[in-house]
Amino acid sequence: MKRLFTLAFFPFLLLLLSGVSFATSEAFKDTIFNPGKLKPVDSVLKVRVGDTAPDFTLANLHRKRISLSSFKGFKNVVLSFVPAAWTPVCSDQWPGYNIVKDLFEMHNSILLGITVDNAPTLFAWTQQMGELWFEVLSDFWPHGATADRYGVLRTDGTSERALFVIDKKGIIRYIDVHDINQRPDFGVLMKELEKLDP
Amino acid sequence: MKRFLASLIAACFLFGTGAAATEPQGPTMGQALPDFSLTVPDNSEFRIYLGVEGKTAFSITDIQSEMVIIEIFSMYCPFCQREAPSMNRFFEMVNADPSLKNKIKLIGIGAGNSTAEVEVFRKKYQVPFPLFEDGDFSIHKKIGEVRTPYFIGVRKNTDRTHTVFFSKLGGFESPEKFLNQLLQAAGIRKGGTP
Repeated sequence: MKRLFTLAFFPFLLLLLSGVSFATSEAFKDTIFNPGKLKPVDSVLKVRVGDTAPDFTLANLHRKRISLSSFKGFKNVVLSFVPAAWTPVCSDQWPGYNIVKDLFEMHNSILLGITVDNAPTLFAWTQQMGELWFEVLSDFWPHGATADRYGVLRTDGTSERALFVIDKKGIIRYIDVHDINQRPDFGVLMKELEKLDP
Repeated sequence: MKRFLASLIAACFLFGTGAAATEPQGPTMGQALPDFSLTVPDNSEFRIYLGVEGKTAFSITDIQSEMVIIEIFSMYCPFCQREAPSMNRFFEMVNADPSLKNKIKLIGIGAGNSTAEVEVFRKKYQVPFPLFEDGDFSIHKKIGEVRTPYFIGVRKNTDRTHTVFFSKLGGFESPEKFLNQLLQAAGIRKGGTP
């Protein structure tokens, strides 16, 4: 009887957890891997609001190396870690950021998109989004080293869905390690950028 | 109890695997949409356009029009972004035709988009028709978790019920072709009645 209960319970739990909501664009038709419902957060932050943001240098999709420190003194920086290419919520996040370049500029900010995927995968995936105005950086090797320095590397080797707002002095002003299954509300991020205005 | 648990296992596998294997299905033609309500817009021009002055919330059948075209969109959807100018053109075409102007009304529902996100989309593309937020996906879930953009045409019946006459995923070739497709599905000829 106990065994039967266990047998019944697990599929029931799976059924309940399968209710992940996303409105995948037709642009990604038949190309998106469904990871199912994941543990909302699976890492421990290693930085806090008020800390100096750890510097890093990562390659963009044109093999150019980009350092966080190169923006110090003149641009606020938003780091957008997304878990993996070709997954539903991630494919739904950066295309939205792609239409708000003017809003980032209004707050003297730039955006760096980061995943732990290798550059060829990232290149193919982001090509589906159209031409992106922001830098996309590969944190593939040493695998997830930057994600790990910030404390957003999950135990399965992907990263969290996390946003870090770093001001011109290089200080972390906002952190959102979001439930990996959901997309953060862009309106909240905009309010955080408004706070950085002189 | 044993029988209940056995049924539960069967049901879970049946529905669980079914959900994983099948494509999301949009509203079925010939049927009514599931019930949902929308908040009356702050913008008075939109309230007048929809004919929902004096209310706080309304349903599709409250809109003063024979037909309502609903676009399920998202600020985050590249196709919706690309098609936004065509949707605006479609709206202008309907409004410029005296035989269609009061017969067809157009709204957009932002699947998973907060009020701020819908506003970003509206401003970016200068969308001239009312857009509504569905930040918690509650409407999106009710209509079958469709991909975006998705278009639904609803015709109001004389007894205050309504029927879906158009239900289609994906973009359209041109606003002109889209309008012709819709009119054909509704059984309307331009300048005439069904």
